[in-house]
Amino acid sequence: MAKQLGRRSLLRFLGAGVAATGAAGVLAGKGAAPAAAATPHATTRGGRLRRWAMVIDLRRCDGCQSVGKPPQCTRACIEGHYAPEPMEWIQIYEQPISGGATQFVPMPCQHCQNAPCVNVCPVGATFHTPEGTVLIDQQRCIGCRICMEACPYDRRFFNWGSAPIPPETLFMQYDVEHQSPAIKGTVMKCDLCPDMARTGKLPYCSEACPNKAIYYGDLEEDLATNGAEVVTLSRFLATQAGYRQKEDLGTEPRVYYIPGHGEAVGRDPYRKGRLKTVWPWQQLRQGAKTWTR
Amino acid sequence: MDALNVPPAWRERLEQRGLAPLAGTGRGYFLWVAFLLAVIGWAVYAYSRQLDEGLIVTGLRDRISWGVYIASFVFFIGISHAGTLLSAILRVTKARWQLSVTRMAEFITVVALMVGALFPLIDMGRPDRLLNMVTYGRWQSPLLWDIFAISTYLTGSTIYLYLPLVPDFALARDRLGPTAARWRRTLFTVAALGWTGTPDQRKALERAISVMMVVIIPVAISVHTVVSWIFAMTLRVAFDSTIFGAYFVAGAIFSGIAAIILLMAVLRKLCHLEEFITKTQFVNLGYLMGAFTLIMGYANLSEYITHGYKMEGAFPFHFEQLMTGAFAAPFWFYIVGGLVIPGLIILNPRTRTISGIVTAAVLVLITMWLERYLIVVAGLRVPLLAYEPSSYTPSWVELSILAGAFALFALLITLFAKLFPVISIWEVADHRGPEPEPGAPAEAEHPRRGALAEGSVA
Repeated sequence: MAKQLGRRSLLRFLGAGVAATGAAGVLAGKGAAPAAAATPHATTRGGRLRRWAMVIDLRRCDGCQSVGKPPQCTRACIEGHYAPEPMEWIQIYEQPISGGATQFVPMPCQHCQNAPCVNVCPVGATFHTPEGTVLIDQQRCIGCRICMEACPYDRRFFNWGSAPIPPETLFMQYDVEHQSPAIKGTVMKCDLCPDMARTGKLPYCSEACPNKAIYYGDLEEDLATNGAEVVTLSRFLATQAGYRQKEDLGTEPRVYYIPGHGEAVGRDPYRKGRLKTVWPWQQLRQGAKTWTR
Repeated sequence: MDALNVPPAWRERLEQRGLAPLAGTGRGYFLWVAFLLAVIGWAVYAYSRQLDEGLIVTGLRDRISWGVYIASFVFFIGISHAGTLLSAILRVTKARWQLSVTRMAEFITVVALMVGALFPLIDMGRPDRLLNMVTYGRWQSPLLWDIFAISTYLTGSTIYLYLPLVPDFALARDRLGPTAARWRRTLFTVAALGWTGTPDQRKALERAISVMMVVIIPVAISVHTVVSWIFAMTLRVAFDSTIFGAYFVAGAIFSGIAAIILLMAVLRKLCHLEEFITKTQFVNLGYLMGAFTLIMGYANLSEYITHGYKMEGAFPFHFEQLMTGAFAAPFWFYIVGGLVIPGLIILNPRTRTISGIVTAAVLVLITMWLERYLIVVAGLRVPLLAYEPSSYTPSWVELSILAGAFALFALLITLFAKLFPVISIWEVADHRGPEPEPGAPAEAEHPRRGALAEGSVA
């Protein structure tokens, strides 16, 4: 039944809850209250809070070997967020599996519901939102990096210096849900693009995936889509053996995986290697410096 | 309360030697201060580069994002435990032999805390937002616990340094006052709080000291426990240990003993205190340090054998990098050079000399810094996901700032030594008396010492 909804109508449906406020209202609060308080939260038509989630179908991920390009989710995320080099907020790890083979695992921030980074932050700069995302207020972050020690998924990135970024970011209004322009000495990471979802769009990574491996959805409505098809989230996870990374740590991530190694798009798991991510705006800003992770 | 009857000539020598550094200053002192200032100046320049360009000037990156700064933070906070051990823990046990070095130990405590507390600030990406810790501070964060614990400890230690200084300030006021420069005279007079040594005053002072000595012990233990918790509260394999708090406290006292042995050796020479700081102090502290080599060895064994036997999850990587891999050289240098050799030096009566014990202390200090470095850097190097392990080499900025921190430590001690007597004159005179001749039975010379231990405090 859900499949008949179609992609466009579903996205509009998911975005409807905040249609009135739109994207303009999501600017970060900077008062004494947690930064999230000023953000209008996305709700269903019935007024229930959205609980954003992501499902990554590893059967469809071949690390973009079939398209012969660097991973397109990473590229789109970098371009969409103006992520400073060398931050890959969604990064593809080539992980060994049985039989001497490998699988490609795209790793965005796992948006833990018991997030170790949130627990240890001394100033509440990184916080849970009611929608279930974990965000960072770079205007509050003091750069102590204890969150980076605490994160068991290696998903936090520090602005060690002034990275090269495109000039247009200099005129952007800073927003916790978009994190641009980057602020030297603060931490950044994947924000699960709730701002995109409210305007009826999929996250950059999901939209750019040539194999439609990344589903985005709402646990509350129990729906998710990869842009081509719509699935009932719980049923999809249950029937396709969904799992989460490092489940035993008790971090309760909001990012789920379907086990696989690119078999649905014809990948031979014995063939290793992937192309390196390229930043489109290297050396754009005067005096900018890049670093390696 | 009742003072010992000591030979007046001895007491005169003690007062003169104790006050001598306050009375006059030689050229060597100024050269030394100038040298330290130069090193600190260079470190300030290095830090200005870091402020300007960001932490990119360090060797730190995303995967090993704490390094020399945090390791040095742990190290300096660790050696601050010297003062607590000598002036609180030993005082509670009514030991008397340590009275001639308690002042120096309390110097170390206050100065090491001041220097140590700078490191997290230096390590911050946005030091300009330091006040966010106050305005937005979350008590759930181990870093906040550190701030509370360290500021409490610094306050307590400063009070504890000051209290036994009061009678010595009075002595300086009475003896040096007439000839000293005006600012010194004012300092001595104000700081002496009108001390004249009446029984009431003595009673009040000793009461205050005994309250502080009881209060400061749990504070000191809490400090290094919460310092360990900034690591142990994370989901990192190498930090995942219930023994971390106790292990850090033991390491803190261990390195604190080494620091006081080194400092008393230096100040004993420079201030000509050989008569009051004798082999007794070195050997007794040496024994304590020797005992702590065993405690540290035990803690390490306990830590690595339980994980190393099971080899669970990512631990084999950590075990391998320490035992035979990238960090094997510093790790084994720490085990052999920092625990085994100092232990043997103290065990063997022929090497248990002042120079032998000082050598052991220097080894312990070097290896304890390395040990802190290994905990931080090796711990963070364990990969969390399928990526190549990162590497970390401290940059010139980090090493310069480290050198500057040691210079600042030395400078503060140097300045303190000109403002306060480096030896607690009244306590040594009233409660310890002349050091026994080598070989003489300790109690024979002062029959009242036993009685004193029963009765009064301090």
